[in-house]
Amino acid sequence: MKNTLPETTPFFARDRAWHPPAFTPGYKTSVLRSPQRALISLEGTKSEITGPVFGHNIIGEFDNDLLINYAQPGESAIGERIMVYGRVLDERGRGVPGALVEFWQANAGGRYRHKKETYLAPLDPNFGGFGRTITDEEGGYFFRTVKPGPYPWPNGVNDWRPAHIHFSVFGHGFSQRLITQMYFEGDPMIWICPIVKTVPDQEAIKSLIAALDMNATIPHDLRAYKFDIILRGRRSTLFENRLEGN
Amino acid sequence: MVQLLNYLKESPSQTAGPYVHIGCTPNFVGIHGVYETDLGSGSMVNDKTRGERITIRGFVYDGAGNPLKDALVEIWQADADGFYNSPSETRGTADPNFFGWARCPGDMATGEFVFETIKPGRVPFKDGRLMAPHISFWIVARGINIGLNTRMYFSDEEQANAEDPILSRIEHRVRVPTLVGQREGDTVTFDIHLQGEKETVFFDV
Repeated sequence: MKNTLPETTPFFARDRAWHPPAFTPGYKTSVLRSPQRALISLEGTKSEITGPVFGHNIIGEFDNDLLINYAQPGESAIGERIMVYGRVLDERGRGVPGALVEFWQANAGGRYRHKKETYLAPLDPNFGGFGRTITDEEGGYFFRTVKPGPYPWPNGVNDWRPAHIHFSVFGHGFSQRLITQMYFEGDPMIWICPIVKTVPDQEAIKSLIAALDMNATIPHDLRAYKFDIILRGRRSTLFENRLEGN
Repeated sequence: MVQLLNYLKESPSQTAGPYVHIGCTPNFVGIHGVYETDLGSGSMVNDKTRGERITIRGFVYDGAGNPLKDALVEIWQADADGFYNSPSETRGTADPNFFGWARCPGDMATGEFVFETIKPGRVPFKDGRLMAPHISFWIVARGINIGLNTRMYFSDEEQANAEDPILSRIEHRVRVPTLVGQREGDTVTFDIHLQGEKETVFFDV
């Protein structure tokens, strides 16, 4: 049975020991960009429970196909062809339909298409490196792309990011807003990365690693990686006080 | 043994990184031809939008007092009558000509962010008291491991601010002004300080 009532209850409190803390000196830029005072806790009001919900009309036909959405006609991006798919769920395990998922990444050589990027690996003229989609009724999403390459960055003298795809997700409430990164199963770079290591709990890190899924892989075409994204859950409406504005 | 609760854990946050624009505002960094416009860009109002037009301008500063030039700022607010344009809004119907959400990357040379919007109406707190007019802010950038939530209130709402249930929760009263945008004419200036003496109040919402 599907519950189609609008959800109006507050979200579960965020487990801030599971997320990375603000101050993580191994990731140097965080040193001057982390608040030093405690956050002020605020149980969700109408301002946090509500949030923008986007219509399918914003999504173009090829927005979820990075192999071709920037390519010349008949061309496609160079690299390992993959599909990334999964579901957006809440902490109660329910699919989040209508969630906007945006993603961006470097090309197969680890080069980003960005004005401020100077890495010597070349751009791929047929690869832009970004896309977006909206989840279906069960919270499912998918996109096609090439597997991004690892990428050196000025942190330690020899720091390299593992292959990763950035994700930005909108649920239904503004306080569900989440940006994170997806990593690839078996990548030895994951465990030495200062940005990965901002996450204190190893189980939490594992939840950002997408598994190779041979069952979803399309023979002679592309391999599949499965990545589920979990957003904050809402309290059940059972016995919820329906005060004005709650 | 007790029965398991079986809740899933939220996906842990990671920084948006320096190239967040590629995914969220590609046209802003000169990557054209995929999205017609950047999501959340441009004015939030049209001719039919109800309410008082305002422009919000500000910078995000780091702990050394330097403006971030790679931050992405998102705002979420009620319409002129205090209704949110969201399926979770149950008190009434929001102005159909006001979406209520926008995003703006800091200018790559100066770091300034700008929003063309309207002043929101008052929204009730859960006990029915009215909150003062406010706009929710969410800030991400390289070096920020988890998005920062704050609110902007208005300097021309002294009375409403004085009775706001959220502002009144802030024990260190000297910090309250960090949440108040300074209004002059149609412009509201709201600077965000990530760290240090002028540190903005951030919320765990």
